[in-house]
Amino acid sequence: MASSSSSLPSMEFDFDEKPHVLAVDDSFIDRKVIERLLINSTCRVTTAENGKRALEYLGLADGQHPNHSDLKVNMIITDYSMPGMTGYELLKRIKESPTMKEIPVVVVSSENIPTRINQCMEGGAQEFLLKPLQLSDATKLRCHLKKLHNPLQGGFAGEDEHA
Amino acid sequence: MEVVQMQRAWVEYTKSLFREFSYSFFGWMKGFLDAQFQQLQLLQDESNPDFVAEVVSLFFEDSERLLSDLTFALEQQSIDFKKVDAHVHQLKGSSSSIGAQRVKNDCIAFRSFCEEQNIEGCQRCLQQVKQDYCLVKSKLEALIRLEQQIVAAGGSIPVEELSF
Repeated sequence: MASSSSSLPSMEFDFDEKPHVLAVDDSFIDRKVIERLLINSTCRVTTAENGKRALEYLGLADGQHPNHSDLKVNMIITDYSMPGMTGYELLKRIKESPTMKEIPVVVVSSENIPTRINQCMEGGAQEFLLKPLQLSDATKLRCHLKKLHNPLQGGFAGEDEHA
Repeated sequence: MEVVQMQRAWVEYTKSLFREFSYSFFGWMKGFLDAQFQQLQLLQDESNPDFVAEVVSLFFEDSERLLSDLTFALEQQSIDFKKVDAHVHQLKGSSSSIGAQRVKNDCIAFRSFCEEQNIEGCQRCLQQVKQDYCLVKSKLEALIRLEQQIVAAGGSIPVEELSF
């Protein structure tokens, strides 16, 4: 495997390839706010109103045959409390998928419950943020955006550590 | 009115909404709006000048629906407190997201009464939240109108003057 210098992994994306974020939240208002926050951080945003829709988008719903050749998602941000499927359950489904498990998942919640936070972090979440989201959270979110596997380089860009 | 005067008026009016105190069922109440409202203003720029107005308008629609659902739920012979709590939780979330602090705080109190299954407490909370919602709605409408006038006159919203 080719290894260049020990400099930090590049977080630069192709000029015309903005990072793509899937934002999942049952609140219309919160979807609007997170969308604006991410677009202002030069991301492309797709929103989903619940876990089921999110899984369908990712090709992970029951009965779907995953076809990921053209799906590019650099990060998933999901609310915890949603009807039907919680953000934690969605996180688990994503992390169980051989094709999607590498996508960083950030969980957000209006409630600051330590057991909930631990559960999500242990479930593989990259970070747990409290709602309502603020401008300062955009910086944290950008740190988690993952550069996709580049076949020319033969490997993933390194993952950032999370606190 | 000149742009500068309108901007001045906007700053003063917005600050007053953060500051206002009054006495209610729950004791001394904080301002109508909190810092989250400023966050929304900061997300708005020339490329999306209607963002705040859109989000506020969504909040009005959402809230009116929830208040109507809450009224209905509390009128039932046998009250489903889980449902009531679910509606209040949603209202708490959306008011928190736009910075409608007083409505949010009313919802927090409301949820305690739901947990206790205290019918009278819930009824009083509903009245209080309706009252505070009406007040914040008229104030936000006035604020948005003023913002639109400023922008129409070629000025910008002086968000940076709201110091926290």
